[in-house]
Amino acid sequence: MIDLLIDVRLRQGEFVLSVRDEASVEVLGLFGPSGSGKTSLLEAIAGIRRPDAGEIRIGDRILFSSAKTIDVPARERHIGYVPQDALLFPNLDVTGNIRYGAKSADFESLIAILDLQALLDRRVGMLSGGEKQRVAIARAMMTRPSILLLDEPLAGVDRERREVILPYILRIRKEMHVPLIYVTHDEAELNSIADRVLRLGPQITQRSITA
Amino acid sequence: MSAETWAIARFTVLMASLATLLVLPPAIAIGWLLARRTFPGKTLLETIVSLPLVLPPVATGLLLLWLFGRRSPVGQALDAIGIDVIFTWKAVVLSMMVISFPLVARSVRAGIEQVDRRYEDLAATLGAGSLRILRTITLPLASRGIAAGAVLGFSRALGEFGATIMVAGAIPGRTRTLAVGIYTLVETGREEAAWSLLLVSALLAFGAIYVSNRLVDQKGRS
Repeated sequence: MIDLLIDVRLRQGEFVLSVRDEASVEVLGLFGPSGSGKTSLLEAIAGIRRPDAGEIRIGDRILFSSAKTIDVPARERHIGYVPQDALLFPNLDVTGNIRYGAKSADFESLIAILDLQALLDRRVGMLSGGEKQRVAIARAMMTRPSILLLDEPLAGVDRERREVILPYILRIRKEMHVPLIYVTHDEAELNSIADRVLRLGPQITQRSITA
Repeated sequence: MSAETWAIARFTVLMASLATLLVLPPAIAIGWLLARRTFPGKTLLETIVSLPLVLPPVATGLLLLWLFGRRSPVGQALDAIGIDVIFTWKAVVLSMMVISFPLVARSVRAGIEQVDRRYEDLAATLGAGSLRILRTITLPLASRGIAAGAVLGFSRALGEFGATIMVAGAIPGRTRTLAVGIYTLVETGREEAAWSLLLVSALLAFGAIYVSNRLVDQKGRS
């Protein structure tokens, strides 16, 4: 369980994404259609994108606060981020990717949990979508993050493989005791993993800017 | 081919290689700055970086002569620690560096701009600082652009004439490069010797541009 405060106002093209949620969660599901700002919100939490205003607090740590002029840089946030396309570094092999941000000695256990032993020497270009996701999760987890952000981890994976990958994610949460923010636009996926859901959609959280 | 021709060719390749090696670190720094940072005076810096491309090389040579001559503070400071630049091999390297710098910096910039910034952002979430991201992600992913820039800069250095003759002269065995050699041999009526230098120049230039084009082609395909 971790206490989260996400209170973010974020300009996004012609829209302003405005979200507020405060809760104690194990897995927060972020649900909404394409273009509703799910990825932007994750990027704001990870420290890659700067919100226009608001506050982001994870546990007792304020990561961003426009009122208190706090903006902790991404590299000091200790947040694991797994983007939708995994973004494995193409110049490094699987082991090089996993060890990139290594702070922990959890390498062996992560390899076991995510079943990566056979992939360690491969070039990342040779991996399937699901394999890339598992490697990206291991890479993020090696930094011992206080929370793991997963952006539609099953989006690039066919239906049969989804049933294989989801248990890996559940094992990571359970065995490494890490809270998750899990983005999806699949309601069934959401119900199987999230204990709280934050719904993003034009009718609730976005409004057009009127000049 | 005469011993003189070989000596001039070897000297030129050595000087151009040294100039390329020395020009890479500042060209990478400026290329990265222009590709990845926004700051006041950026357009001014871009203009200054490109200046040696459009300024007559002889004019650039005159500026260097003034800057490193014994009457300038820089020249006096170097003289005080026993470093003589003008009319030595160091002046050859210096003029090659200044003339090839814009080509290398622009190529590095283009190479870095092609790297998806999201890789750099992601590396930051893994705890990496700017320098580590540059060293482990940006530069390796931009390596073809950097290599193409280095080859292009080397080719330009090989053919450098105007600035070199101003600051280094054409001293046989000390500062005479292929381009300067061709000019002085023709001037002194030794056209046959000039032709053999021309042949070596053409072969070197062909090889360097071929390698540069191969690198750019591979970059386009990858």
